[in-house]
Amino acid sequence: MASRRDFLRVSAFGIGGMFVAAAGLKLQASISDLNERSDKLYLNLIKTPTYCEVCFWKCAGWVYKTDEGEIWKIVGNEIDQHCNGRFCPRGTGGVGMYHDEARLKTPLIRTGERGEQKFRKASWEEALDMVAKNLQNIADKHGPETIALLSHGSGGKYFTNLIKALGSDSSAAPSFSQCKGPREIAFLNTFGEEVLSPERTDIRDTRCMVLIGAHIGENMHNGQVQEMSDAIDKGASIITVDPRFSVVAGKSKFWLPVKPATDIALLLAWIHVIIYENQYDAGYVEKYTYGFDYLKQHVKNFTPEWAYGITTIKPGTIRETAREMANASPAVIIHPGRHVTWYGDDTQRLRAVAILNALLGSWGRRGGFYQPESMPVPSAPHPPYPKPRKTWRDALNGKFNMTELPLASEFVEASLPDSDRDLQYKAWIVNGTNLIFTLPDQQKTIDALKNLEFVAVVDTMPMEITAWADVILPECTYLERYDSIRNSPHRLPSIAVRIPAVDPKYDTRSAWWMAREIGLRMGLDDYFPFETQEEELDWQLKELGTSLEEMTRKGVKNFERSWDDLYIAKGQEMEFFTNTGKIELYSTSMAAAGFDPLPVYTKHELPPAGFYRLNYGRAPMHTFSRTSNNPNLTDLMAENTLWVNPKISKIEGIENDQYVWLENSKGIISTFPIKVRVTERIRWDSVYMVHGFGHQNKMLERCFGKGASDTELMSIVHKDPVMGGTGMRGNFVRIHIEKPQEELS
Amino acid sequence: MRYAMAIDTKKCVGCSDCVVACQTENHVPIGYCRDWVVEVMDGTYPQLEMEIRSERCNQCGNAPCVRCCPTGASHFEEGGLVLVTADKCIGCGACIQSCPYDARYSHPDGHVDKCTFCNHRVEVGGKPACVEACPTKCMYFGDLDDPGSDVSKVLKTRKSKTLIPEAGTEPYLYFLI
Amino acid sequence: MREEIIISGRMNPNIDPYLHIWHWQIPLYLFLGGLAAGILFFSAYNHVTGKEEKYRAASYISTLIVPLLLVFGLFSLFLDLKHKMYFWRLYTTIKLESPMSWGAWVLMLVTPLSFILAAINLKKVFPGWKWKYPLMQTLDDFFENYRRTIAWILVVAAPILGIYTGILFSAFNARPLWNTSILGPLFLVSGLSTGAAVNILFSKDHAERLAFTRIDLVLIGIELFLITHMFMGFMASTQVQIDSAKLFLGGPYTAQFWVLVVMLGLVIPAFLEILELKKFKIPAIVPAGLVLMGGLILRFILTNAGQMSRWLY
Repeated sequence: MASRRDFLRVSAFGIGGMFVAAAGLKLQASISDLNERSDKLYLNLIKTPTYCEVCFWKCAGWVYKTDEGEIWKIVGNEIDQHCNGRFCPRGTGGVGMYHDEARLKTPLIRTGERGEQKFRKASWEEALDMVAKNLQNIADKHGPETIALLSHGSGGKYFTNLIKALGSDSSAAPSFSQCKGPREIAFLNTFGEEVLSPERTDIRDTRCMVLIGAHIGENMHNGQVQEMSDAIDKGASIITVDPRFSVVAGKSKFWLPVKPATDIALLLAWIHVIIYENQYDAGYVEKYTYGFDYLKQHVKNFTPEWAYGITTIKPGTIRETAREMANASPAVIIHPGRHVTWYGDDTQRLRAVAILNALLGSWGRRGGFYQPESMPVPSAPHPPYPKPRKTWRDALNGKFNMTELPLASEFVEASLPDSDRDLQYKAWIVNGTNLIFTLPDQQKTIDALKNLEFVAVVDTMPMEITAWADVILPECTYLERYDSIRNSPHRLPSIAVRIPAVDPKYDTRSAWWMAREIGLRMGLDDYFPFETQEEELDWQLKELGTSLEEMTRKGVKNFERSWDDLYIAKGQEMEFFTNTGKIELYSTSMAAAGFDPLPVYTKHELPPAGFYRLNYGRAPMHTFSRTSNNPNLTDLMAENTLWVNPKISKIEGIENDQYVWLENSKGIISTFPIKVRVTERIRWDSVYMVHGFGHQNKMLERCFGKGASDTELMSIVHKDPVMGGTGMRGNFVRIHIEKPQEELS
Repeated sequence: MRYAMAIDTKKCVGCSDCVVACQTENHVPIGYCRDWVVEVMDGTYPQLEMEIRSERCNQCGNAPCVRCCPTGASHFEEGGLVLVTADKCIGCGACIQSCPYDARYSHPDGHVDKCTFCNHRVEVGGKPACVEACPTKCMYFGDLDDPGSDVSKVLKTRKSKTLIPEAGTEPYLYFLI
Repeated sequence: MREEIIISGRMNPNIDPYLHIWHWQIPLYLFLGGLAAGILFFSAYNHVTGKEEKYRAASYISTLIVPLLLVFGLFSLFLDLKHKMYFWRLYTTIKLESPMSWGAWVLMLVTPLSFILAAINLKKVFPGWKWKYPLMQTLDDFFENYRRTIAWILVVAAPILGIYTGILFSAFNARPLWNTSILGPLFLVSGLSTGAAVNILFSKDHAERLAFTRIDLVLIGIELFLITHMFMGFMASTQVQIDSAKLFLGGPYTAQFWVLVVMLGLVIPAFLEILELKKFKIPAIVPAGLVLMGGLILRFILTNAGQMSRWLY
């Protein structure tokens, strides 16, 4: 019998076979030969490989130029597993990032107070000298560990290398504590592994997918959207739990309009039904899991009838949907979502999700969760990093022990004037993350920024955060630079490269170059052994058995898996990376750390009279606030709107397209008004807006003052005691037709 | 030969990639578009239904724009494509008035512009840029006269509709419902 | 609640949020065209029926302004064109299905004739008229011989021009408000009525004025009938036409249409004209001016409202 490995080899061959067949059939050409044909069509055009930087999905694609050498279009690389030759609107619109005339053009040095946005142009020499000098001073005065890096995107690696070489390990990305952290910690403590990015969900082969607050399609996580579409084609059923009628709710067999903040009750009731109706995968549970009896006892009273009173979802529907999942088992996915920092008990909610998956045997099974593999890419040889005298954990003062990664929001706490943290930060390097719009409780971020001794911001665009910098280093866009090898985990291990399609516009440079230049100025030459990134990449690629030359031609290279273990084989012995070596339905680590080892439902605060829960989400054409000024993407969506149920519009006396101001329960008023969209798609106890609008930086000509910022209204933060994630969905707003006068007090 | 497109409203998520892909492929100026996405909501919370449609020129069989054009700039081409020859167009706007789908617009260069089904790609055996970009693969393109084409096959197995056929335009943009 | 929205941010200039590709140029062009057609028709009709000396203003004086009207009208049309340098393309094809095309060709026929008619009428209006260049005199003499032929052509071509101004609109099936065959006759009658008004204005002969007042009264009556008929037709038609009629029956165009067009442009001048016929002294400028204004506003409103009316899907 052919092993699965052979199967993969066969299917890899199959792609080539399709290619040959397509050549004969002019009209029925398959996608795989599109680029071949495009080459015939545009013979004189040069295509350069890249992987997208507009979001974290990092799809690999090709950049095409016009005869004049101008960037023309970006299309997907057909062999890339992230995108299968198809980019999303943001990736396709990535050209706008290059063309945006509001880009940061030269290094800038602050002349006014922080936040005043007064800068003067500077040379690279001067700006880099200044950064190096300030970092050195702070390292000498307070110790290098007081330098923190906050980043999101490719540049993070280079600056992490820089601060580690200096003696700091405080490198955080808001994508953990403000986004997927609880999910990773919950899955780690259940399956011994994280969900990772791209998520290991085997959506294309699933028969039933459950989405809890996840709005695939509105979040344009390319591979997932594609696979969801495939699954719809194959007749998979989708169950969507969302108080808002999301796009995917419109494509679901079941839409459960759950009362906000009650998801855990629903999950527990599902677990109850699946256990007490004997719908779980008994063999799998028996063989691979730990703590089933505890769980069974734990959920005994969490009946659908109990959950009905909390969630408003009818018991019959809860049972019917539970059976729907069980019928599809193991090809079922209770999707862990991505942005899951909602109410502060998020790790527990995601534990419930993990448990449900474990009961249905979907972890490691076709149509459930596959086991991804990535290519190990060697890093440039350098001496060992100095051991930091204090680590990022010292900035937590013993809290959030179960987190595996540094927490951006806690960096803020440890940078405040009255901070009592054992490690306090004195300098920030910020790269590619607009912290003002990323972290809740804006005032705290601003207080921290005011208190820091030095702030350097590296970005391609002027953003709210750049206003707080002492030095702004303008980064060229991803279309104008090399970057490190993409080696994200997937079904097949693969690598992708980013080759500059054009020279950097304006006086901009790559983050790689900046980090190295700063390092050289601080005597850290040994940590930056290569003079150019091109050399570094070529060395790395040769170590991987290819070369920069080959990768420039191909863009992406998929390798064979080292073991035939995409799915758990039938009866296979498995050791999971948990304390018990099993899938922990009952989490021993959480029990040891003093947390509930089995998830419980806790009641959350409801909006007070006259207030609505502020719900927020994504639009497929924007990535947070970073794309708001992109000319191609503002063309698709220039501002966000406030979704209001028709009943509420009547009560509030507001109409479609009217602009209103919002005030949260702490009295914070939105800087800009937001346009009303009266729609049935939202519950009467909530309002909804897309995150990332309401920009306050006037340099963002296209998006300044367009729409409202959800972040500035998030004054209440429910921190997850387990891992420090910032729950942001417990904020309530009321609607003002006229701009309210701020009280002078 | 009769080119047509079918769009699966059950798969389309309204991401608007088709719009950007068209914009970059065809150098459509910023602020203009040849295709667009419509969301239709019906019902009362929580009994709701949604339809999302990526729309563009319907490449009508009985195209009022071709009929109304005083110079012959708007014309039929092989495969039933309705195209505009820019240097025959005087920019009078009659075709824009005649289109019940509002699929045409006045290009800043003066002539009228619209979706061409990416004729320049189709001519060499390719597919329109929107079809090839769509992350949900919800668009099917091909020759209706060829029973083996993507569009023929999908129209055979799925229920579909066209937009305002009662306007008498014989549209060739199908929506799978 | 039903919601139907474009979610990809489409904002094509002059198309979104509602169609407004034709501004003032087209209604002005249609008004001037209709007016010219009215004047030319009366002049040609008088010539054909041998009453040119009886109604001198209508037969001779008014025609002098027609070339100006048509030139202004065509210039206005030219201003509407967005690809102006390709204007000549209009005259490289004849497309019978396109009202724009045959309008262009009808004008190609009527405009030169209007110049000739005006030229040979100069001596009738200004008895001492002498051409500066002998060639012009020769041409004048030549065309004078064909005065009746020209009249015969115009008696057919002028109504075609008048109807064309309406058919230009009614050919657009996509705009339900325009998509009615009443629009051709309505614009023709309105053109004739404005033509009659000009004749009243220019005439110094009481009998001629009374004659055209009577004609105008009849024309206004027909117009009111056609308008009523048009709305009856809409209301008895499909939803899109019912909706387009509602633009005038409670919708945004209600006040402007019923006050400016129907009352001030038709009913009041008709009333004044009746008084005139009943031997009351009414300054000619008042009813005639109102009729002209009404005709102009009618076209403006129909242009704007028509673009607002659309199919639902």
